[in-house]
Amino acid sequence: MNDPMDLKAKLGIDVFKPGVAAHIKISPGREKDPRLQKMAMICPAGLYAKNDRGEVSLIIDGCLECGSCRLVCGNDVLEWAYPEGGAGLQLRFG
Amino acid sequence: MEKFDVIIVGAGLAGLGAAYTLAGQGLEVLVLERGDYPGAKNVTGGRIYVNPVRDLFPDLWPDAPLERFIVHEGVTLMAKERSVAIDYAGDELRQEPHQSYSVLRARFDRWFAEQVEAKGAMILPKIRVENVIKEKGKIVGVLAGGDELHADVVIACDGVLSLIGEQAGLHPAETPHNYALGIKEVIALDGAKINDRFHLQGNEGAARLFIGEVTRGLFGGGFLYTNKESVSLGIVIGIEDMMEKGGNLEAPALMDAFKARPEIASLIRGGATVEYAAHLIPEGGFKALHPLHGDGILVAGDAAGFALNMGFTVRGMEYALASGYYAAKTVLKAKAVGRFDAETLSEYGRLLQESFVLKDFQNFQATPSFVNNPRFFSHYPELKGNIFRDIYSIPAGPKERLYPTIRKYLGWGEMWAMFKDFREVTKI
Repeated sequence: MNDPMDLKAKLGIDVFKPGVAAHIKISPGREKDPRLQKMAMICPAGLYAKNDRGEVSLIIDGCLECGSCRLVCGNDVLEWAYPEGGAGLQLRFG
Repeated sequence: MEKFDVIIVGAGLAGLGAAYTLAGQGLEVLVLERGDYPGAKNVTGGRIYVNPVRDLFPDLWPDAPLERFIVHEGVTLMAKERSVAIDYAGDELRQEPHQSYSVLRARFDRWFAEQVEAKGAMILPKIRVENVIKEKGKIVGVLAGGDELHADVVIACDGVLSLIGEQAGLHPAETPHNYALGIKEVIALDGAKINDRFHLQGNEGAARLFIGEVTRGLFGGGFLYTNKESVSLGIVIGIEDMMEKGGNLEAPALMDAFKARPEIASLIRGGATVEYAAHLIPEGGFKALHPLHGDGILVAGDAAGFALNMGFTVRGMEYALASGYYAAKTVLKAKAVGRFDAETLSEYGRLLQESFVLKDFQNFQATPSFVNNPRFFSHYPELKGNIFRDIYSIPAGPKERLYPTIRKYLGWGEMWAMFKDFREVTKI
């Protein structure tokens, strides 16, 4: 049996090119939005985390650019854009 | 200010298909791609069905870097502790021309982009399109990397989120309802091992879909495709189901649980994950298609919603290629009359209507609601699993007769529910 690979290890295999700024940000004051809390479950890269106070934070490193969070949260909860040209995930297999 | 005849947003199959068809026809064609290279952002499950698009791109296929031609089709009903699998193999799948191939998009799209450039279209990678430029309600170009780029017509092939169509005012921002999340690992495995484990010879390939416990009863399933020297393994899960019924389920953990299933673990043993990717998939079918054109704009591929879950088959790439092709044909006709208004560009919808693309979407418009039946994702896998468990089980004492063994699972209530579920098939 293979040990399940840690999510961080999986993301560590991927090729990412750094961007100048985070391409997705949580809109100030919306950290407790229930839709953001759903993203802690849905984000395939596990980038959304909830603290004891129910506030959700986002670490953008390792973003797979799938867009799930834009669908789930909408544009008022997140300031959402793709990474700038040439930045972010660069797939070698796809 | 730079002016082109056509700007294509996105070098995926729709965008490259459009550019390939337009190249060499005397038009200035510019493809903008936000990835480091074409294919850098593109993901499939995946498998492409070549038959519907073979004649649209006749010169493309002989040298295309496809992986394996699929000769085994599998469906597995996965219950919590058991599974029932169907394996279809047929001589026709071994005969040329092969109807479908596994494919890795970063490789395929990069190669396809080279063919497009060789035919004379320009592809600029590392350029993100920020917005469309609108004048008096007409799309006249795009804002990209801080530059204004103008064109007679923009073909939006920007993928599943369809941000260009949204900015152009063709449709509102998308919501979770019609979308599923795909998570995939490419697992490197020796080609000879793949052949042994999947009963293949040479460059034959296998495709398998899984339904049931993979998604803990939520909409979705699992998939496996053999490539030349790797296996594409993943899950698909409905985003709305995940939000409403997901509870404490974490999507990445579902992927790990799927990998750990004995049915899967034995197939990928010794393999090393070489890439982890995720992508959204349109699941709404015909009713969820976006408007296909506007003044100065056409929409193709995933951006238009051209992906179709037919239950036993899941398709998207051939619709992307074909819609790109017909978008290009529309542009050529529009160029000939010198008009790019909405009425002239509505030719696109007519061409798609006459092609397999919209015919398929219309004929299979009942599939999204059919496959969205929760009983398929938990009840039926468990039921079939239990029936087979009892059929195969030999107790210490005498074995029960076959008919009562099966009949105890199929009471009148169950039979009626089954009848109702499968009556829906008559709509497809």
